[in-house]
Amino acid sequence: MSNSIPNLLHGPVRVVNVGLAGFARDLAANGAAVVQVDWTPPAGGDPRLLAALATLGSSVDEANRVAMQKILAAEPVLADVRRAGELVAELDARRLLLHAGPPIEWARMCGPLKGAICGAIVFEGWAGDLASAEKLAAGGGVEFAPNHHFGAVGPMTGITTRSMPLLVVENRAFGNRAVCALNEGLGKVMRFGGNDAEVLARLAWLRDEFGLLLGKAIRNSGGIALNPLIARGLSMGDEMHQRNVACSSLLLRALAPSIARSAGDPASLAKAFEFMGSNDQFFLNVAMAMGKSMLDPARGIPGSTIVTTMSRNGTDFGIRVAALGDAWFTAPVEMPQGLYFSGFSAADANRDIGDSAILEAVGLGGFAMAAAPAVAGFVGAGGFADAVGYTRAMSEISAARNPKWAIPALEFAGTPTGIDVRRVVETGIAPAINTGIAHRMPGVGQVGAGVARAPLACFEKALLALADHAR
Amino acid sequence: MLVNRVERGRYLDSVALMRVSRKLEALAGVKSAAVMIGSPSNRELLRGAGLLAREGEAATPNDLIIAILAHDERSGAEAMRQADALLSETQVPAAGESLPRARGLGGGLGLMPQANLALISVPGEFAPHEARRALERGLHVLLFSDNVPLEDEAALKRLASERGLLMMGPDCGTAIIAGTPLAFANVLPRGDVGIVSASGTGLQEVASLVARMGGGISHGIGVGGRDLDARIGALGTLAAIDALAADPATAKIVLISKPPAPEVALRVLERIKGTSKPCVVCFLGMERDQSPMFATTLTEAAERTMGKKLSPLPSPSREMKKIKGARGEGLYCGGTLCAEAELIFRRKGLSGHRFVDLGDDEYTRGRPHPMIEPEIRNDHVARAMANPEVGLVLVDVVLGFGAHENPAGVLLRALKGPKPVVASVTGTEQDPQVWSRQVALLREAGVVVAASNAHAAELAASVIS
Repeated sequence: MSNSIPNLLHGPVRVVNVGLAGFARDLAANGAAVVQVDWTPPAGGDPRLLAALATLGSSVDEANRVAMQKILAAEPVLADVRRAGELVAELDARRLLLHAGPPIEWARMCGPLKGAICGAIVFEGWAGDLASAEKLAAGGGVEFAPNHHFGAVGPMTGITTRSMPLLVVENRAFGNRAVCALNEGLGKVMRFGGNDAEVLARLAWLRDEFGLLLGKAIRNSGGIALNPLIARGLSMGDEMHQRNVACSSLLLRALAPSIARSAGDPASLAKAFEFMGSNDQFFLNVAMAMGKSMLDPARGIPGSTIVTTMSRNGTDFGIRVAALGDAWFTAPVEMPQGLYFSGFSAADANRDIGDSAILEAVGLGGFAMAAAPAVAGFVGAGGFADAVGYTRAMSEISAARNPKWAIPALEFAGTPTGIDVRRVVETGIAPAINTGIAHRMPGVGQVGAGVARAPLACFEKALLALADHAR
Repeated sequence: MLVNRVERGRYLDSVALMRVSRKLEALAGVKSAAVMIGSPSNRELLRGAGLLAREGEAATPNDLIIAILAHDERSGAEAMRQADALLSETQVPAAGESLPRARGLGGGLGLMPQANLALISVPGEFAPHEARRALERGLHVLLFSDNVPLEDEAALKRLASERGLLMMGPDCGTAIIAGTPLAFANVLPRGDVGIVSASGTGLQEVASLVARMGGGISHGIGVGGRDLDARIGALGTLAAIDALAADPATAKIVLISKPPAPEVALRVLERIKGTSKPCVVCFLGMERDQSPMFATTLTEAAERTMGKKLSPLPSPSREMKKIKGARGEGLYCGGTLCAEAELIFRRKGLSGHRFVDLGDDEYTRGRPHPMIEPEIRNDHVARAMANPEVGLVLVDVVLGFGAHENPAGVLLRALKGPKPVVASVTGTEQDPQVWSRQVALLREAGVVVAASNAHAAELAASVIS
């Protein structure tokens, strides 16, 4: 071992000072290398949590190393767009509707989620109008399940039904894949609970024209490797959650020749380009499927305390952890803090919602805030120093850094990746999630953007379960 | 009237809080005040002091309690405003300070992956957890915290020895490793004298004397006050002796402790004799052994190590010659220095004199240690100066990092009247307070300053007896 007693006595002494800051100042004044840890009682001093932390010692470190090796070895490739029912057979087999977040019954769902579900029921032709759709949903005529139970993710309400075209991201290092619906654009859209004729007509166009075209173009291109695309996007100011303008443009640039070759006529080609080119968040859904495809191989690794899923349904926030497979740990979801579009305020806001927190789980979004100073102001995080502060704080709860995804402003340090439940509970640092804010009434759409915190209670419950499991 | 305010989710270290408490108590109209983290033990303290109101009862260890007992409502409200101002001051980093900062040990290691030592000063109930994590991550540990259960101390020291790491403490107030002073340490020239000590001020005194006699220190390894207790079995001391025995920079070894349990003493002395390096042992309180290896005072330990004598005792002042038979009162910041002085009186057959260690738990519950805040001793000193039954006052002044910036200056404020005062100053010329300047301050005020703590006690004992 390199840090032996003779090595220490040989010097120099390099100190982590945990507690009284005066000692660190004295050491620094003496020219010693020192970092200051501004200590607070771990786990808020809760003896049950402290006992659980003590149980989850060095054997967990090894399990987490294995998990992080898998996550960081991923080779995600945007491979296809196909109809949901073809990709998830259960969607064709029964009246199943997938939604964002952990499992939830109709009665507890928030307004936007209910609105989106009613729209989707009409879209699928299971009911003639929104009123009968609501009756059908409330009466148990449709089965609800989380996207995450079927290898899928979806932003905001995250509705996935059988006829929607889904992006397919393959993780070619492990042969698994994850899917996500196409981004509908801004304004009145189903992911914010929109369900009127305009919303449904756009969905029909995505289903009948654009999805088919995009799928063909991607297949013909041989697939788009996403690791390098993300790396370039980070150097261009994207963090892939709140800001995707660089990656959306890069993707369009990469696919444009293939789309042109696949399009039947100039008018439909122009419409496709117009749709992609006018939506700065087009890439968000690609990034989400990518995040899931990267994290899924870590699921089921015994002993690992790495978070594999973070997701919200507008009522509950839920996480899943590598060692505990399918178990959800949930707590009431929090209100995002942020800025509102003019005419709206916090009183209009819905609680935090969407599967998009998969991005933070894979080291993007709030974890990569330092790469995206433009976002920092928009999401209420303040200036560039605050953005760096977010990334630095998130590195305290992350098990590794992703060397493939460097942040230029941090001397090309990798994005902090792999949330360790133990570190979250111990430090009390809740993962910061860059998010859009939906109006609480269905169909109004996005009213702002900000930062939401993952509730600590999810991580505390997971920690206790992990410790029980380990004993 | 009693006011409590609870600030949720606010944490500040206890030294900062105690300073705020003291400043609040000094306000006009305030009878007593305390600002504390809402742990169960702190709430108990507040209750005992009559400072806990209903709001405070509900606080958790994550909260801060501001408790003020004022003469009237207006003074209470004003004190609360002052508390806000003082608390926000403590959170502003000193000017120009750019220490890299993190929230947990893991975050700290993220900022400095090549760190090799954790200096831990957190409340005792959390200290074992932090120390264990540091050891598990391959860091040597200096655990400054006290109030750590004995079984935790033994477990931590066993874990360290399994991993080949140095575990200094708990209750280790000082160390010098490879020239780097840690916690309450003096600035010392590098040299070939290695010290192992179960006493913080004992280590400081011997190391400073060695330095002032022209020697230097390779390492000073603190092991914590209970290491030679039978239940710990000198695990830390044995590891430190091995480390210094193998260290090429160390030519001589000094061991300082209270007298250990006999079976522990045997084990330690065997290990000492097994090294090929000359050793000096000071089991303070144990009477002289046949072997020349043993020193009976800290001064003697330094003298034997250096092979020379400290300057002779100063001659008594005119006032001192008149006090034969009077009562002496020793008021100390350093526990071991207090014990050494008392021992010297006892060895001279003197009795009926009073020695108080103001760093003892009895005086420091909820307050800073007098080495940090020497003001705490001043009440006692002033009372002794005014007490006609006391003929002579004996004090220590301890310098170095962590200690007050001008302890002699603080002490002088309490020295009113012609009563003779004998002092010693533990520290070096390189210390931030500068040894010669502190000595000069005291001498200008008429204090007799001896070359060491033992010399001060011997001088006092000689004029009294």
